[in-house]
Amino acid sequence: MKLIIAIIQPHKLEAVKKELEAVDVNLMTVTNVVGQGRQKGVTEIYRGAKEAGGLLNKIRLDIAVNDEFMDPTLSAISKGAHTGSVGDGKIFVVDLMECVRISNGDRGGKAIG
Amino acid sequence: MNSGDTAWVLMSSALVLLMTMPGLAFFYGGLVRRKNVLSILMQCFIILCVISLQWVLFGYSLAFGPDFHGIIGDLSWAGLNGVGAIPNKDYAATIPHSVFMIFQMMFAVITPALIIGAYAERVKFSAFLLFTILWATFVYDPLAHWVWGTGGWLKSLGGLDYAGGIVVHVSSGISALVLALLLGKRIGYNHRPIRPHNLPFTVLGAALLWFGWFGFNAGSALASDGIAGNAFITTNTATAAAGLAWALIEWWHNGTPTVLGVATGAVAGLVAITPACGFVNPMNAMFIGIIVSIVCYIAVAIIKGKLGYDDSLDAFGVHGVGGTVGSIATGLFAEKAVNAAGADGLLFGNAHQFLVQGIMWIAAAIFAVVMTFIIFKIVDAVIGMRVEEKNEIVGLDLTQQSEAAYTVIE
Repeated sequence: MKLIIAIIQPHKLEAVKKELEAVDVNLMTVTNVVGQGRQKGVTEIYRGAKEAGGLLNKIRLDIAVNDEFMDPTLSAISKGAHTGSVGDGKIFVVDLMECVRISNGDRGGKAIG
Repeated sequence: MNSGDTAWVLMSSALVLLMTMPGLAFFYGGLVRRKNVLSILMQCFIILCVISLQWVLFGYSLAFGPDFHGIIGDLSWAGLNGVGAIPNKDYAATIPHSVFMIFQMMFAVITPALIIGAYAERVKFSAFLLFTILWATFVYDPLAHWVWGTGGWLKSLGGLDYAGGIVVHVSSGISALVLALLLGKRIGYNHRPIRPHNLPFTVLGAALLWFGWFGFNAGSALASDGIAGNAFITTNTATAAAGLAWALIEWWHNGTPTVLGVATGAVAGLVAITPACGFVNPMNAMFIGIIVSIVCYIAVAIIKGKLGYDDSLDAFGVHGVGGTVGSIATGLFAEKAVNAAGADGLLFGNAHQFLVQGIMWIAAAIFAVVMTFIIFKIVDAVIGMRVEEKNEIVGLDLTQQSEAAYTVIE
């Protein structure tokens, strides 16, 4: 089992969801986050005081999958979130030790989907 | 007695109340961080309650009551004793004395509320409350008497302050600078950005201030007449010029005009036209609006950063500096052709008036500095003006009011 954490552009959420549904990945957690990448955020100005490095809005997806779903999921996110310019985001993958479905107590791979 | 005048001044009193709550409260409230927004709303609301009562009990009598040596009113009108339906001919011959009193009450309310901008995000609520009552009693009331009270020494000298450039804005703005210096910077100031948490609130507040200011300035005619009409027009013209000018300065200096800039410029314009609105013509009002935005922009965006004091919401930079510009402008641009009850300024051949305006400013500024310093030291010794470091970090809403403005988890 893997936990896939993707940071994407907010306006690409719908496209990513569509691609994920096409490969039968339907369960995800979505959060608003802020961050900066190589472009070092934006400059904000308040009453003449410049503040460089203001953080940009991003969307974070947390998706838990069984191993055979990992590659299709990574491809789907990449395809949906891609524009080709800086700031498109990143995807991280970590090993997942356990998964519990709270409603019926299922554990492991069968609890994920 | 004139029913039209009475109706306009009553209406204006309500407009000036609107400036404090919700106008100023939301103007300032949007500028602080989300953990402190309720503290600002609370301070404005409590000032409205407390100073309303102070004014009825003794404040009005100290400011406008029978003169004691030109420096203060006596207490014979305490509890509004004798302040009723019969007009006071010295102040406003065509409206009930009580109506003049309630109009002035709203000025007494908003003035200490303006100072909130200097100590925002770090003042202890109990200390703020004591400071406010002492400041209203020992700074505002005497100064209002000097400038507006019958027998007041600056009034006798011929000083012109139509709607409170000196009494309201210079007094609060200079006091704000003293407080900002004595209280010190907010934790983290200059090290990381302290960004406004809700600029839509601030813009809403600025718009309500502009609206309410028609009562403040045109209402100060204390009559429903041509002088009130002129004050209304000069107020709108100066404000429009100042809002536009600030945006253009930013565009030129920073590359982008900001909505906070337009709102700040508009408020600076309102401040600057306040002492002048009943004495100047609309074209000079436009000029005053442009000048005040240039001067206040330099004060707020350039000088403040260089000197390093933390006037959190620019109470000094906008009200102190803007009120100063307006008071000087009154000495330059006032003309009897606009208001026969006024005087001609320097540009109309009367250097004496310019000198009097200068004396008035210096007297008000020195008085505000000395008294604010003394009151600060007293309150700081008795209660402590500033919250503890951990309370400042957590925020004033939770530590001073035990409530939060915005829930994160339901």
